[in-house]
Amino acid sequence: MNPRIMRGLLAFLLLPLPALASLGGDVTSVQSDQAKMQGSLRTSSNNSYTLHEIQTSTGVAVKEYVSPSGKVFAVTWQGPFHPDLRQLLGTYFDQFTQAEQAQRTQRRGHGPVSIQQAGFVVQIAGHMRSFSGKAYVPQMLPAGIRAEDIR
Amino acid sequence: MIRVRLQNVLYWGLAGALAATAGCSGSSNGGSTGGGGGGSTANVQAISVTTGPTAGPPLNSPYINGAFTSVTVCVPGSTTSCQTISGILVDTGSSGLRILSSALTSVSLPQQTAANGDAIVECLPFVDGITWGPVQTADMTIAGEKAKSLPIQVIGSSNFSTIPKACTNFGAPEDDLSTLGANGILGVGPAAQDCGTACTVSGPSNPGLYYVCPAAGCEVTTQSLSNQVVNPIVLFAADNNGVIIELPSVTGSEAGVSGSMIFGIGTQANNGLGNATVYTMDPSTGNFTTVFNNVTYSDAGFLDSGSNAIYFLDSNTQGMPPTCADATFWYCPTGTQNFSATNQGANGASGTIQFVVGNADTLTANETIGVANGLAGPNPGTFDWGLPFFFGRTVYTAIEGQSTPGGAGPYWAY
Repeated sequence: MNPRIMRGLLAFLLLPLPALASLGGDVTSVQSDQAKMQGSLRTSSNNSYTLHEIQTSTGVAVKEYVSPSGKVFAVTWQGPFHPDLRQLLGTYFDQFTQAEQAQRTQRRGHGPVSIQQAGFVVQIAGHMRSFSGKAYVPQMLPAGIRAEDIR
Repeated sequence: MIRVRLQNVLYWGLAGALAATAGCSGSSNGGSTGGGGGGSTANVQAISVTTGPTAGPPLNSPYINGAFTSVTVCVPGSTTSCQTISGILVDTGSSGLRILSSALTSVSLPQQTAANGDAIVECLPFVDGITWGPVQTADMTIAGEKAKSLPIQVIGSSNFSTIPKACTNFGAPEDDLSTLGANGILGVGPAAQDCGTACTVSGPSNPGLYYVCPAAGCEVTTQSLSNQVVNPIVLFAADNNGVIIELPSVTGSEAGVSGSMIFGIGTQANNGLGNATVYTMDPSTGNFTTVFNNVTYSDAGFLDSGSNAIYFLDSNTQGMPPTCADATFWYCPTGTQNFSATNQGANGASGTIQFVVGNADTLTANETIGVANGLAGPNPGTFDWGLPFFFGRTVYTAIEGQSTPGGAGPYWAY
C-alpha cells in the first residue's frame, strides 16, 4: 500500500480487493459488492472526487467517481464486453433498460445508446468485442466538475 | 452504379433464389459481376436499404438506414427442408447469423448440444441490447455461397423463454420483431466468431455469452471457437476472406436504394481491391484511429453498416451541432453542415473523409423514408461510421486470420 503522488493532485493506492459501488449509491455501503467483479483496483483522489479504477475479470476497465460526500456520481467502463450494468447502475438500472428499449424504436434502427434524462445520463458506444460507456447523475456532480470531465 | 428505387426492389424474398445463378445481381450491380470465369461461384447478393420488415402493420415502425437482405437456411445436408428469410439486417459491426424464432416458421433446425445432450443457448450483447436464444445448426445459402453446418442463434425461442439475470444485466432484450427491428442479423464483421477465445476458457474471465441449459436452469459454459456463432463467410468453400458492401450515393432522404454485398476479396474478377486503400485495425478492439479538428481519437473509430447513422462526438465538442429537441440521439443543425475527418489505419494508411450532417427532424419527417444521408448523432469520444458512410462507396471488410491480396485480415478498405 504505497501511495505515490502523480501530477501533484492524484495519489494512487493499491488495494488487495476491488470495491464496486452503484451509481447514486454510497461508497461506504458497498463492501458486499467487492467480490462481484474480481480484479485489480486502484484508487486516486483530488479535491473534487475520489476515483476507483477496477479491472474486472473479463477485462473491462471500470471507473467510479465518488464525491467528497461519499456518493458515486458517475461510472465509466471500457472493454471487450459489457460489465454487469445492473450492478454498476444500481437503482438506475430499470430506468436504463426501459429507456434503452424505447430508444431503439425511436431511433428507427440500431446505434449507440444516448439516454439524456433530467436525473440520469447514460451513453454506451462500440460494437461486438469492443464497448465503452459512461453514466452519471447530473445533480450529483461536485462543484466545478463538468460531464466532459468524466472519462 | 445504378440506383433502383424502392418500387423496384420489393423482391428481397426472391433474392436468395435468384442468386443461385451467376450474374444474379444485374438489377443493382451489373457493372461488377461476371465472376472469374467458368465455374466461379455466384458471389453477389442484392441488398436494399428500405424501411424494412417493421414498416407495415401492425408495428408501423419504419426502419431508417438499415441494409436488408435475405438468407436461406436448411437443415444440414438437406436441400428440401429449407426456408428463405427476408428482412435480415446486414451488419459489419458483428459476426454471426441470428434469426428471430418468429421468422423461422417453416423449418426446424437441429439444436446444438453439450456432450451430455443439454442445449447450448447464447446471450449476445449488442451495444443497444441483448439477444438470447438457442444455438442451432443450419446450412446457410446466400447468393451462390454456402456455409455448411453453421452455428446460428435463434432469438426469442419459446423453449428458452427465461433469460438468465446475468444476461439481462448487459441490457434490454431485443427478442422480437418490434425490439430487434429486423427478422434477423447477418453479422459479417472483421471477427471470425462472435466471442472468440474468451468464451473458450472457464472461470471468472469467461464473459458469460454461452450457456448450457438443463431442465434445472441455464448456467454459463465454455464454447469452442468452432461451436461459437461464427461469421458465416469463413465457412464458405471459397470467397471466405471478407465481404464488400456497395451502395449508391444518396442525397438527403429517399424511400430506399439498393446495392450489393459481394463475397470474397481478390478471389474473383469482381471483388479485387482495385485502388481501395487498406486500413488495418487494432486486432484486439476492431477499431482504427480518427482525427477530427486536429484532435486524435485513438483506437476509437470503426465502420459499422449496422449503425443507422454516423454517430460521433457530442454537442459539447467545438463546431458540433445541437441534438434534436425530441431525439437526443440525433443532431439537428439548422441546415446541412459539412465535415471532414481523417481515418488512420494501424498500418499508417491515412485518408480524409468528407461527410455531411443534416437536420434529423427534417430527414426523418416522412415515415416512408428508408434512407437518409446526413443522419448523425452524438457518441462522445467515438466515431461510429454507420451506414451513411457506405453510401457512394465500395467498402471492404477483411476477416481476422484470413489472407487477401491486401494482406491478412482484419482490415477495412475503401
